[in-house]
Amino acid sequence: MQRPYLRIEGVGRDFGTFSALVDVDIGVERGEFLCLLGPSGCGKTTLLRAIAGLDVPTRGEIFQDGKLITDLPPSQRDFGIVFQSYALFPNMTVATNVGYGLRGPAWPKARVAARLAELLALVGLAEQAGRYPAQISGGQQQRVALARALANEPGLLLLDEPLSALDAIVRLHLRTELRLLQRRLGVTTVMVTHDQEEALSLADRVAVMSDGRVVQIGTPQEVYDRPANAFVAGFVGRSASFAARAAPGGVTIASGRHIPAVTTLPEGTPVRAFIRPEDVMLADTPGSLGAELVGIEFLGSVCRLDLDAEGLPLQAEIAPRALGGLAVGAMLRVALPPDKLMVFALNG
Amino acid sequence: MPCRLLAAAGALLLGAFVSTPLGPAGAQQRTRLTVYTAIENEQLQPFKAAAEAALRDIEIAWVRDSTGVITARLVAERAQPRADVIWGLSAFSLLGLEALDMLEPFTPNGAEILRPNMRSDRSPMTWTGMDAFVAAICYNTAVARQRNLPRPSTWTDLLNPALRGQIAMPNPSSSGTGFLTVAGWMATMGEQPAWTFMNGLHENIQVYTHSGSAPCNNAARGEYGLGISLDMRAVTLRNQGAPIEIIVPTDGVGFDLEATAILRGTRNLAAARRLAGFAVTRAAMELYGRYYAILALPDVAPAVQGYPADFEQRLATINIREMGAQRDRILAEWTRRFDGKSAPR
Amino acid sequence: MAEPRLNDSTLLRLCLGFAALLLAAGLAAPLGLMLARAFQDIDGNFVGLVHFRAYFGSPALLLPAWNSLWTSAVTTAIVLPLAFTFAYGMTRSRLPGRAVFRAIMLIPILAPSLLPALSLIYLFGNQGLLRVLLPEGGSIYGPTGIIVAQCIYTFPHAAMILSVALGMADARLFEAAETLKAGHWRIFRDVTLPAARYGLVSASVVVFTLAVTDFGIPKVIGGQFPVLATDVYRQVIGQQNFSMGAVVAIILLLPAIFGFFAERWAQRLQAAGISGRAVLYRPKRRAARDLPLLAACLAIALVLLSIVGMAIWGSLIRFWPYNMALTTANYDFSSFDAQGWGSLWTSLTMAGLTALVGTPLVFWVAYLLERGGVSGWLPGFVRVAAIAPLAVPGLVLGLAYILFFNHPANPLGFIYGTVAILVLNCVIHFYTVAHLTAVTAIRQLDPEFEAVGASLRVPRWRTFLRVIVPISLPAILDIAVYLFVNAMATVSAVVFLYGPDTKPASVAVVHMDEAGQVASAAAMACVILAITASAKLLQLGASRLLSGGWRPAH
Repeated sequence: MQRPYLRIEGVGRDFGTFSALVDVDIGVERGEFLCLLGPSGCGKTTLLRAIAGLDVPTRGEIFQDGKLITDLPPSQRDFGIVFQSYALFPNMTVATNVGYGLRGPAWPKARVAARLAELLALVGLAEQAGRYPAQISGGQQQRVALARALANEPGLLLLDEPLSALDAIVRLHLRTELRLLQRRLGVTTVMVTHDQEEALSLADRVAVMSDGRVVQIGTPQEVYDRPANAFVAGFVGRSASFAARAAPGGVTIASGRHIPAVTTLPEGTPVRAFIRPEDVMLADTPGSLGAELVGIEFLGSVCRLDLDAEGLPLQAEIAPRALGGLAVGAMLRVALPPDKLMVFALNG
Repeated sequence: MPCRLLAAAGALLLGAFVSTPLGPAGAQQRTRLTVYTAIENEQLQPFKAAAEAALRDIEIAWVRDSTGVITARLVAERAQPRADVIWGLSAFSLLGLEALDMLEPFTPNGAEILRPNMRSDRSPMTWTGMDAFVAAICYNTAVARQRNLPRPSTWTDLLNPALRGQIAMPNPSSSGTGFLTVAGWMATMGEQPAWTFMNGLHENIQVYTHSGSAPCNNAARGEYGLGISLDMRAVTLRNQGAPIEIIVPTDGVGFDLEATAILRGTRNLAAARRLAGFAVTRAAMELYGRYYAILALPDVAPAVQGYPADFEQRLATINIREMGAQRDRILAEWTRRFDGKSAPR
Repeated sequence: MAEPRLNDSTLLRLCLGFAALLLAAGLAAPLGLMLARAFQDIDGNFVGLVHFRAYFGSPALLLPAWNSLWTSAVTTAIVLPLAFTFAYGMTRSRLPGRAVFRAIMLIPILAPSLLPALSLIYLFGNQGLLRVLLPEGGSIYGPTGIIVAQCIYTFPHAAMILSVALGMADARLFEAAETLKAGHWRIFRDVTLPAARYGLVSASVVVFTLAVTDFGIPKVIGGQFPVLATDVYRQVIGQQNFSMGAVVAIILLLPAIFGFFAERWAQRLQAAGISGRAVLYRPKRRAARDLPLLAACLAIALVLLSIVGMAIWGSLIRFWPYNMALTTANYDFSSFDAQGWGSLWTSLTMAGLTALVGTPLVFWVAYLLERGGVSGWLPGFVRVAAIAPLAVPGLVLGLAYILFFNHPANPLGFIYGTVAILVLNCVIHFYTVAHLTAVTAIRQLDPEFEAVGASLRVPRWRTFLRVIVPISLPAILDIAVYLFVNAMATVSAVVFLYGPDTKPASVAVVHMDEAGQVASAAAMACVILAITASAKLLQLGASRLLSGGWRPAH
């Protein structure tokens, strides 16, 4: 069996008494796109810097392509990196920036020129080759940084919040481009982001981090559909949640009402139950709850309804044309499919 | 490119100290003597020329600065003296160096006939005198006319209330000139009356300066009506057209000597002795006499003009060694009396 | 496992170690030897706190300390807003002739300190041309003169630091603030000021410390107003009492120690600087801002120019104020000083070497400290050693050099009496401001440049030379010219160190003044000024060549 291209084993990083990383184990397959997702301060950037060799971990080992790299300085590793700030050299043109690493005997002038042309074409900046970073747009700067990172065909591409500084439209556009480019080049990629939508749309797998630990690794689908704990359920994707207590075959909410759910927790355990808007059904089925419509948000392809279902703050999504004559204040019936209700013990 | 720059800098640096050695580097067998001095700038060239003409195999390399700076340098260099000879420094300073055992004992030929109070009392001598300069008053006649300031002819005239706030004087704790002035007052008046005198003078002082030359220089520019300074200060100023009169008070003035000494540990002792020998010759004295009115060799007539005939009699009788020993105590007392309450007026 | 070869971080540590060694030999060891005198008698025997007791026992002590404190505080309070306004005008407005203003701003450090003092006496002395402006019974001699002269003397230092601090700004911050409907005043308060906070703290520390330690101004224009710095002069030059001089020097170090901690504190406050993707701010024309700034800058420039103008005039007249006939005789230096024009050549060599050696050293050390990532006690030592020279009065440093380099056991003794020791002394003496300039510039660089270089397997030194140095070139030029100019004008330390053939022109200025040749002293000072001003103009020309392309024009 082939071992992962990048292996992170038991990595920890302490700053004084504070642990920024605790016992992190991740394997990234060759050609895979992994996103480190988490709120700020969760340790994702520290982990990326450890992979890059910019920050040496206190414990644990990192292997790249079967080689132990934990203590290697960045210059002896094989990666390209794009920082949140891009760190473009302001005194160099786009072409010089991109070609910065193309030097030494392996890169005779002709080869450099050819590679530059290729890279600039790849990111669509052939026209801007002679410009300085200050003279091009933010999106173009981002692509220069990307081209520079890819210039000498690194085995590993590291991206530190590469899209966070861009406006929404450019960001969406570049997200797609980034994904296509990564697929095309097949470069193993680790990206740090706090934007779960970005992570879900880009990554082959997502590693969700919290308080220095990896709390779940899986495909976007797995992470979204089967969050490992309450944190992931709350952080990834949109959901409504409410407090309850575990009961046989479901949970009991504050009003004393029993709601069926799939859970094996001992009876009486304080829990938090999550349900995603698209799983809330507007239907009068046995066991459905009465709900008052308290708000309507029109989102184009869908409408999101804010509901107060017997004290539970729920959200539901329906097609705008199904809205009919519904208005705030209307009374509805909502059903919560037991297999879609995600129940986690509070202390877990 | 920066590497090349650095290399060039290194080469320049190397050149910098190779080409300018301070120590003995006898070109064409001439012995180069490093001579520390506090004589006036304009005197450097004539003194050097005269000495080198008399001593053909000796070259003089001057390091000249004010008395305080040169003395501080000498004391600081005590661990490994860099000067071979001191030629033209205050006897007070030389006594300080003598106390630190920094002077090479040597009695040049003919030093015995120098005035007794202008040569070392040791045997062999540690220093020999050249000439004397005295405390004097630089009196700005233009300012005096303008403000109706009476012309003083004695120190006590300075206590005249009409001179209130018109006098500048060097702070004796910053300036050797200031100290020799105070020493002169003490020698002629006696210590207690001198303090009383200074209490009165304090009322008329505009400023105590840190520099010994500033009172006269600034009096010449009309900043003060009168400045207490040295007699020879006024010459250059008058030549430039300053309306200044130099007054040597008739009631006794403090003086200091310029003197010569050899540094203990010089690597050119033979040459140093020859220069020290030249410094007491008649020829040398005649040279000093072009600038100073009182010379160590009693029968040499000074060529300098403009001094009163009885100038020599006005000098206070000062035991330089004793005054030097009292210096710290006197300065402490002076500071206590006049420095603490030196609010600007 | 780290490979047992010389990698970047070992190399950086070695470099910093070398810098530490240099600062130890050029500052710590000499100064230590000198300050140890505070606890020794004249023969070097340990006497404990005797000298301190003697000094503190004198009731007159508290007065100089208090005087130093309040005049320096007032100076700082006056200079800082003025320098900020000026630097703001240079960097954040569209004033016409900013290049000229930038040159004028430096005038006070372009000439030996005697020149402004002389001019002030010509202007406001008892025979001064503008004496009528002083209040009845007022005098320039005393605290007023000290404060005015020190404001002039410290102004360029503060303006220089603040210009660098304000020199780079991220335009997007301003755009963001504008879109939030923030008024100009709020933008100034919430965007401009916080970004310049580090510069402001550095500038105050520098101004305050310079004002406390400078003895030239109180000596010439302070009358008998006692301050700590003249106490050092009095002990060392007046009485050759090095022990007492050392005691006062130790007291004078206190502001620097305070300054060091203030600097560390400001460093923590410093918001993220300019990033690689920042859009450099180019101020737009705005009359409401530019016109008042123009008026303020013009007023300041006028004051500085009149100081020089007065000195130039003074150097061309026969004898002020009694014979105002014009003459060029005062420029015939050979008739006033044995070395004539020769001392200028010495000064040029010394100042040129100081800039040539000092600039790379200062910038490289600042870079190592800020970006080297070296841990342990080494950076701490270097940081302290870089800040300390500011607080060491020149004459204490000069004496310390004698004690250290003239020591028979010192293997470095061969540089004594050569230009080399003058150069080393100048580099160290003016280290602090140059260092702070370098640090301020480096802190404004994107922190990830080296990481990018390393990821591309480009050696660290190459990224330093290709990216860090070119971007910082304006600051580097500033440092070079600063060192050159100060070395041309300095007196206090080199007065102890020059040899028979290495007397600098600045020392000749003092000698001529002492000899009563005020006009020729002014003349020599003006020649020095002409040389330093030319250097500054060359720098401006070079900056003009540098700007354009990616770099915004100033």
